[in-house]
Amino acid sequence: MSRASPAAWWFVAPALVVIAVFFVLPVLAGLALSFTDFDLYALADVGNLRLVGLRNYLRLLQDPLFWQALGNTFYFVVVGVPLSIGASLGAALLLHSPLARFKGFFRTALFTPVVTTLVAVAVIWRYLLSTRYGMLNYVLAAVGIPPVDWLGDPHWAMPAIILFAVWKSFGYNMVILLAGLTSIPQDLYEAARVDGASAASRFRHVTLPMLGPILAMVAILTIAGYFQLFAEPYVMTQGGPLQSTVSVLYFMYEEGFKWWNLGSASAVAFLLFLLIFAVTAVQARLARRSVAA
Amino acid sequence: MKRGDARLLVNGTLGVLTAVTLFPLAWMAAVSLMSPGEASTYPPPLVPGRATLDNYRELFARAGMGRYLANSVMLACSVTAVSLLFNVAAGYAFAKLRFRGRTGLFNLMLGALVIPSQVAMVPLFLLLKQLGLVNSYGGVIVPAMASIFGIFLVRQYALSIPDDLLDAARIDGASEPRIFGLIVVPVLKPIIVTLAVFTFLGTWNDFMWPLIVLSDNDLYTLPVALASLSREHVADNELMMAGAVVTTLPVLVIFIALQRYYVAGLMAGSVKT
Repeated sequence: MSRASPAAWWFVAPALVVIAVFFVLPVLAGLALSFTDFDLYALADVGNLRLVGLRNYLRLLQDPLFWQALGNTFYFVVVGVPLSIGASLGAALLLHSPLARFKGFFRTALFTPVVTTLVAVAVIWRYLLSTRYGMLNYVLAAVGIPPVDWLGDPHWAMPAIILFAVWKSFGYNMVILLAGLTSIPQDLYEAARVDGASAASRFRHVTLPMLGPILAMVAILTIAGYFQLFAEPYVMTQGGPLQSTVSVLYFMYEEGFKWWNLGSASAVAFLLFLLIFAVTAVQARLARRSVAA
Repeated sequence: MKRGDARLLVNGTLGVLTAVTLFPLAWMAAVSLMSPGEASTYPPPLVPGRATLDNYRELFARAGMGRYLANSVMLACSVTAVSLLFNVAAGYAFAKLRFRGRTGLFNLMLGALVIPSQVAMVPLFLLLKQLGLVNSYGGVIVPAMASIFGIFLVRQYALSIPDDLLDAARIDGASEPRIFGLIVVPVLKPIIVTLAVFTFLGTWNDFMWPLIVLSDNDLYTLPVALASLSREHVADNELMMAGAVVTTLPVLVIFIALQRYYVAGLMAGSVKT
């Protein structure tokens, strides 16, 4: 690789053009669009388009439904991400145990929900959670718990969606964490055992610190993913009951592609982006500090 | 705790966890074979009284499932074929060919990875409308013809190709496209399979963008069609489970056949260094 290769551009140009035209350009245009009142009239004739400055953002911040969507999304992230990573870590620890048999089978089986089509499994879960005929209520009834209207009760709809999301996604981080566990040198455990450390303290003082950087990365990626909640409420609850499962993206979808307020929908998209960026940036900084300490 | 007890605890927990995880999928398959109304009884039945394929017949004969299946297959195959060509070529060039702005462009792309794709959706819709691609297969294919993730994945792998191998071919007078086709692609084969599986599954499972860009019933992919069917047929559980089987069985089969490649991509994609 000594000199510039004239052929190189032919290799990169097709991909770069696609990314520039169909991703970078739209992102920049979206920012511009969020300062306009682009709506159904502008869709018919661009002449109706006006610049409105920050009005879309200000209106959103005064819209109770937007705040509710934000609140619902935070609920989903704050409760769902720890549960999901906890499940992933638990499953990874079990699979990593030298006592575990049939590891390949268990790993594949536990990973399976990750590759399934979200819409299809959401349809299954809607049935699984049904109040009268659902399996979950049947199992609960067996231990004496009265039926819960999972998807029809505003208090239970989001927990039900979280349960579904954890089931669907925990296998992904499980595989990554399992690889992390495998790479921890065995002699660290040996040394801890010689010092008389119990299993619990070996986990606290060897496993967790060694897994720290991977856990931090997994947390950042999972949080970013969970903020993008959309298909679950679309299929399972249509945002209801009483808007208790309207997520920010669901709100954006309705604002943009149901009511055709495309300027306002762009503002929603950018607010979500800023939010994800801020939360993950803070998290990355915290992770770096705790690694340095 | 004795070692035997511990072994039982670990494997027992894994067994229960696996059973709970697989239960929804097994139940989907069972209910899809039940006759209409059978699943809407209490207690919920686990196995069909008399297994029937009527729900599948109904789906393909009257609900247009064949059409949706064909759409999904066609779109996933097209996106995979085109994006593989573009991503592999670009990933190789970013790793092994020298050109001006290479490092800068690559860092720019890595930075863009933090932008969620939904930020681009509204303007992308307007752009494709201008190009006449809204409500056409092109509306799904064109924006997916290249991906930063794909380029990144290929580049990481291509870095390990020895320069001597490529220089030797150049000294022998081989042209760059020839080197790419005869030397680079065979070496990159594992990562190409990985990327192909990822792209195929990703396109197949994608929901939000096809929902936005395809408004004509005839163009629906399986997830979009299933979501719309499930809004109409809220009570037809058996029919919906059959629809879920048709939608998710192809990706399950591909995953199980090629899971080694899939997991390799998952590891490479998440360790962003």
